[in-house]
Amino acid sequence: MSLVTIDRNEVDIVIGAFRSDLTSFLEEWRPIFSRFHLIIVQDPDLKEELKIPEGFDFDVYSKSDIDKLVSSSNASMFSGYACRYFGYLVSKRKYIISIDDDCSPAKDNNGAIVDIVTQHITNLKTPATPLFFNTLYDPYRKGSDFVRGYPFSLRSGVPCVLSCGLWLNLADYDAPTQALKPELRNSRYVDAVLTVPKNSLMPMSGINIAFERETMGPAILPALKLAKEGKVRWETMEDIWCGLVVKVVCDHLQLGVKTGIPYVWRNERGSAIDSLKKEWQGVKLMEELIPFFQSLKLSQEAVTVEACMAEMAVAVKKGMGRSHPELANAADSMIGWVKIWKEVKSRDLV
Amino acid sequence: MIDFFINPPKLYSKHIFSYIYHSNSPSSTHTKPIQSSLSSNTTMASSVTPTPLLKDELDIVIPTIRNLDFLEMWRPFFQPYHLIIVQDGDPSKVIKVPEGFDYELYNRNDINRILGPKASCISFKDSACRCFGYMVSKKKYIFTIDDDCFVAKDPSGNDINALEQHIKNLLSPSTPFFFNTLYDPYREGADFVRGYPFSLREGVQTAVSHGLWLNIPDYDAPTQLVKPRERNTRFVDAVLTIPKGTLFPMCGMNLAFDRELIGPAMYFGLMGDGQPIGRYDDMWAGWCMKVICDHLGFGVKTGLPYIWHSKASNPFVNLRKEYKGIYWQEELIPFFQGATLPKECTTVQSCYKELSKQVKAKLGKVDDYFNKLADAMLTWIEAWDELNPSTQLPNGK
Repeated sequence: MSLVTIDRNEVDIVIGAFRSDLTSFLEEWRPIFSRFHLIIVQDPDLKEELKIPEGFDFDVYSKSDIDKLVSSSNASMFSGYACRYFGYLVSKRKYIISIDDDCSPAKDNNGAIVDIVTQHITNLKTPATPLFFNTLYDPYRKGSDFVRGYPFSLRSGVPCVLSCGLWLNLADYDAPTQALKPELRNSRYVDAVLTVPKNSLMPMSGINIAFERETMGPAILPALKLAKEGKVRWETMEDIWCGLVVKVVCDHLQLGVKTGIPYVWRNERGSAIDSLKKEWQGVKLMEELIPFFQSLKLSQEAVTVEACMAEMAVAVKKGMGRSHPELANAADSMIGWVKIWKEVKSRDLV
Repeated sequence: MIDFFINPPKLYSKHIFSYIYHSNSPSSTHTKPIQSSLSSNTTMASSVTPTPLLKDELDIVIPTIRNLDFLEMWRPFFQPYHLIIVQDGDPSKVIKVPEGFDYELYNRNDINRILGPKASCISFKDSACRCFGYMVSKKKYIFTIDDDCFVAKDPSGNDINALEQHIKNLLSPSTPFFFNTLYDPYREGADFVRGYPFSLREGVQTAVSHGLWLNIPDYDAPTQLVKPRERNTRFVDAVLTIPKGTLFPMCGMNLAFDRELIGPAMYFGLMGDGQPIGRYDDMWAGWCMKVICDHLGFGVKTGLPYIWHSKASNPFVNLRKEYKGIYWQEELIPFFQGATLPKECTTVQSCYKELSKQVKAKLGKVDDYFNKLADAMLTWIEAWDELNPSTQLPNGK
């Protein structure tokens, strides 16, 4: 497999900023990020001006930019962890890579720094194989291939539109797990990337992701807001919801999702026990969400991401939206997002 | 959520679960005192429970046509276990088994004698004959390995005890209903990620553990011809559950399974002498097995352990054997992907018999071979039930 070339004009790196001083964060990522354009979206609740070191090509968006571009009713969509989605909206590039601001570069098993940009883009530029499981994982990786018994007609794969990376050190565990096992750290670097099979749902973690914005943009949205949503990952489910939506859309449209490398090193932040004390809404919701999404069927007529989103929103509202107001809101957000997305794109073309 | 600490859901902690799992397991063998592990090459956290040896509950099935020299390298790991050797090819040849191993050996004459006319379902001149070993075993677990597979080394340079890892895989639950991005959550140092529903954290029983291969990878003939020098050097330190509804190519080189749970589904088909196809035995078994596991709610894991596969078979010979399979596969996959089993099928045998009916009905028109194969599937079940009368009761639950 030939090496994939990364064209800097194809990539935007989107960071949601929860603290004003981004110096140490960006210095750590400088060797990997300095070549690329950064979109930094400031959490609307963060009042201080951002400190960004020299030598980066970046644009900062703050609350005033959000208010200018979208109506005030929609502006609330971008609070907290969801602020980064504004970055997806205003980007004009093909691929987005997005990580949390508490992550540092990781090292692989050979001690080399993991270049998340190259790996994510490689994942996105090579096909995914959701229709049949390859036991040697991603067959497009160097040194790998399809195994005996893999049908030849399925070897061209489908386009990969989402690449979910992983985390060393503080893995993306939920609050109860981390609270019960405070010493648990992920030290296992699994040198694989694989396609999540069709019809199999998974929890998408927003900590370290990349996606093909032109296709999937309308589906990657901040829809689910918990009542007591907070500023640590233990207190949000927005990315999990987004991942379920995206996977249903991908399965329907024959697009692929990969998971595995690249890894980031996730640092300590927040207290699992404090998060536990908050209302456990998200965890309880998942119990119902999974069967709901697993049984969701989209019609033959839904042949675009937007059409899929519209059908899903209706299904959510009619189904679980009746008993769960936050889901009814999520459905509205989905429709609202597709509208905003269309508007912003048409403005770009003018 | 303070009441979480006072009343933690019993489904929650995998450590609590593994205690519950072992003591509530339908099989009484799980409640035996845990014997110390033969070797523990892991450098994991201090609270590792030793893996039970299961030496009286596991048979190692080895098909061979040449010799069993490879067993010398495996001696430290295999010697405690009973071996079932299925000798393929010329029954008058004497296969020498290295000293010190406890074994039973069956050649073609034995197979014919034991099964009578039903011996027609067991392949000749193909490693598919190994499934005879599954049938005559009396143990709960089977580990099967090819005679050109050796002990591999992990990245730290330690010998990999493949059998121990298979046992770990089989004794811990699988998670086919929702994908865990950190792979097997029951491994030391791992867990379920945020967003994983708690009601699914108990997992299901693991029926099959599918291991991988370093050095010569399990490629088909066309790939071998195009990439004769490619070697698998990537050690992927993961075990994962293959999700429900997803099929995969099961390789019989390094495979373990719970015979009591899924044994009757592990028929390796009609291959080799007198048959139009070869090198699809394990594939066939894997597709049938996965459909049945998905139906009955059992799990299938893939990943570790690795063995070192030393011999690349002749790609031209392979091409001749696989040729029909490459075409037929295109029909077989949609067949298995669309196969559904009725609710009334609650045992592996009834599932398998139903599947053979569907094979006849839907694949008979692809080639007459599938009519014969469907009949052989029924013969296999009859033979299995004759040799294993107690397993006619519903499995599992």
